[in-house]
Amino acid sequence: MSGAWYLGWRYLVFHKFKSTILIASITLMLFLPVATRVLVSDSAAALTARADHTPLLLGAAGSPLELVLNSLYFHAGQPSAIGNETLARMQATGLGEFIPLNTRFHSRGNPIVGTTLDYFSFRGLELAEGRQMGMLGECVLGAGAAARQGVASGDYIVSSPESVFDIAGVYPLKMKVAGVLESSGSADDDTIFVDIRTSWIIQGLGHGHQDLARPEAGAGVLSRKDGVITANASVSQYTEITADNVAEFHFHGDTGEFPLTSIIAVPPDDKSATLLRGRYLSNDEGLQLVVPSAVLNDLLDTVFTVQNYVILGLAMLGLATVAVIMLVFLLSQQLRRGEFHTLSRIGASKTYIGLLVTSELAFVFVGSLLLATLLIFVMKQYALQILQSFLTF
Amino acid sequence: MRLFLNLLFGFFLAACGETEHAQSGNAETAFEAAARPLLVVSNYPLFFFASQIAGESEDVPQIVFPEIEGDPAFWVPSADQIQLMQTANLVLLNGAGYESWLDWITLDRNRLLDTSAGFTDKLIELEDTLTHQHGPAGEHAHQGTAFTTWLDPRLAMKQAGAVAAALESLAPGQAVRLRNNLSALQSRLSDLDRELADTFAALGNQPILFSHPVYQYLQRRYGLNSVSLHWEPDTEPGTRAWIELQKILLEHLAAIMLWEAEPLSSTAARLSELGVQSIVFQTASNHLGQGDYFDVLTGNAKRLRTALD
Repeated sequence: MSGAWYLGWRYLVFHKFKSTILIASITLMLFLPVATRVLVSDSAAALTARADHTPLLLGAAGSPLELVLNSLYFHAGQPSAIGNETLARMQATGLGEFIPLNTRFHSRGNPIVGTTLDYFSFRGLELAEGRQMGMLGECVLGAGAAARQGVASGDYIVSSPESVFDIAGVYPLKMKVAGVLESSGSADDDTIFVDIRTSWIIQGLGHGHQDLARPEAGAGVLSRKDGVITANASVSQYTEITADNVAEFHFHGDTGEFPLTSIIAVPPDDKSATLLRGRYLSNDEGLQLVVPSAVLNDLLDTVFTVQNYVILGLAMLGLATVAVIMLVFLLSQQLRRGEFHTLSRIGASKTYIGLLVTSELAFVFVGSLLLATLLIFVMKQYALQILQSFLTF
Repeated sequence: MRLFLNLLFGFFLAACGETEHAQSGNAETAFEAAARPLLVVSNYPLFFFASQIAGESEDVPQIVFPEIEGDPAFWVPSADQIQLMQTANLVLLNGAGYESWLDWITLDRNRLLDTSAGFTDKLIELEDTLTHQHGPAGEHAHQGTAFTTWLDPRLAMKQAGAVAAALESLAPGQAVRLRNNLSALQSRLSDLDRELADTFAALGNQPILFSHPVYQYLQRRYGLNSVSLHWEPDTEPGTRAWIELQKILLEHLAAIMLWEAEPLSSTAARLSELGVQSIVFQTASNHLGQGDYFDVLTGNAKRLRTALD
């Protein structure tokens, strides 16, 4: 009997082109519906894991999806800003921990996220090297951002202008890399974290210059009158914050009006969460408090609906493929009638010939199954990266 | 063969199954707290109060006053000191704008405790605020409040109370002992208040000068008739400063000038020629190895009494 299996194998090897086409067709037929399902379910798991771990999100009224994607992945369109006084008001409620985010800026393609130290403990981010950001002008990089920028702790990065047409719009700040985070397999890996106040300095809301009250600042002073010092344009602003000049940095205007992209709210219990949500039910203040997982579930419902249509289409395509393969196979049997007749005349039984044909089919299907399995495993390894590339708008 | 195919199919099905979450729901703090809670303080009076209240025990938090050269009001924390504060369970602040470094270092807001937050209505607003202007944003000022709150023993008592509450929050099992130590400290502060009151009572309404505007709470508490200059003990005052002083002395005939530290002998001599005696009245903001908080303040009172006698 093993001779029939051997002959079947040799037949497939001899007809390489035909065998390859058959295996490729069946592999794709098996792979595509499963790959679609795995990709969607992996993506959904990755999306909802981060969203599930973010209890509530406060931002400006507008698109909840944009707010959630921007605050969770730092890549979507920039939602409208909210005032920093909102953070103080939320903290005054005592209904949880509140973590501000300012996600407006980038450095060579990596988002710069202004936040507080609470963010790192909240996301469970650990340092791989260096130390935490300690003062204005210092940053901590995710593992991917550090690799992409080719920097380590002690090196420097510069914030990018917001727009090539707005050269003076954003403060190009040279920032010291205080530390690099361990890879977390999340959007944090590609992010540059700075103190929220550093992000305001990048925005030009704060700056540093020599102390105008000192005698050595005389050349930069237009007038000193009634306790008012007026400086001229020669007073240059520092473009790098160091231990020597950090004390000269200050903010203009009311810091309560300074911008935040969003605030992550972490209530300690369901009661506090409900009370918080109740406070922002009405849209009187131009704010919205969303549950990120609910927003993403809405998105995923749509994705799953589309997925079902895609899988249905692929299943129909699979049936058509099977029909074509069967047709090819039957036609092939017709063409091989002479071959089977010869086998019969040299003593092969009908069972033997049937086994020969079956072995050819078995080899094709098993080969396709193996290949499809291999492809699915490979795809599973890169599902998260594929998802993140989709989220890079 | 069937077994092989079954195994293969099972393997295939497993590959198609649900995946695990890519990110765990872990919200542990990034910095492991030490076995013994760590309390960092921003000036010497707070360190002294915390040490007195905590006493000598392994069951109370470890209290650390970072090594600061000069006046802690002008402290620029090093990277190591910032890290120390970031890992501390609590950082005790004097408040009243004393910790200007809070504006530019990154700390966990939840771990900061302002010991003067309980008496913000008693803080003294500074009047000589400097305004500056550059660019289209217009004028802006860097306003502030007087921050040497501990020079008024009654305010120091309130700060000690805040320190005790902080210690109790970190070592609730030691509450009784901490409260007893607080009572003892407040009793000593009350004695100090009486001693200073007696000393300044001897001064009466006699005009005095302060070399630097750091004695506002002392002035208010004991009703001192005083004017503050901006003189540094280790710097020779310029001609303009002497002219300004002579103008002040025309209306404010002071015979005593209180200094944060020993002035230059040349300055003291020239003041003496103007009939102004220089007396060192330390603020005890840093630990200069000249005794503890009480030693420094009672030493101030003693020097003043000697001068008045």
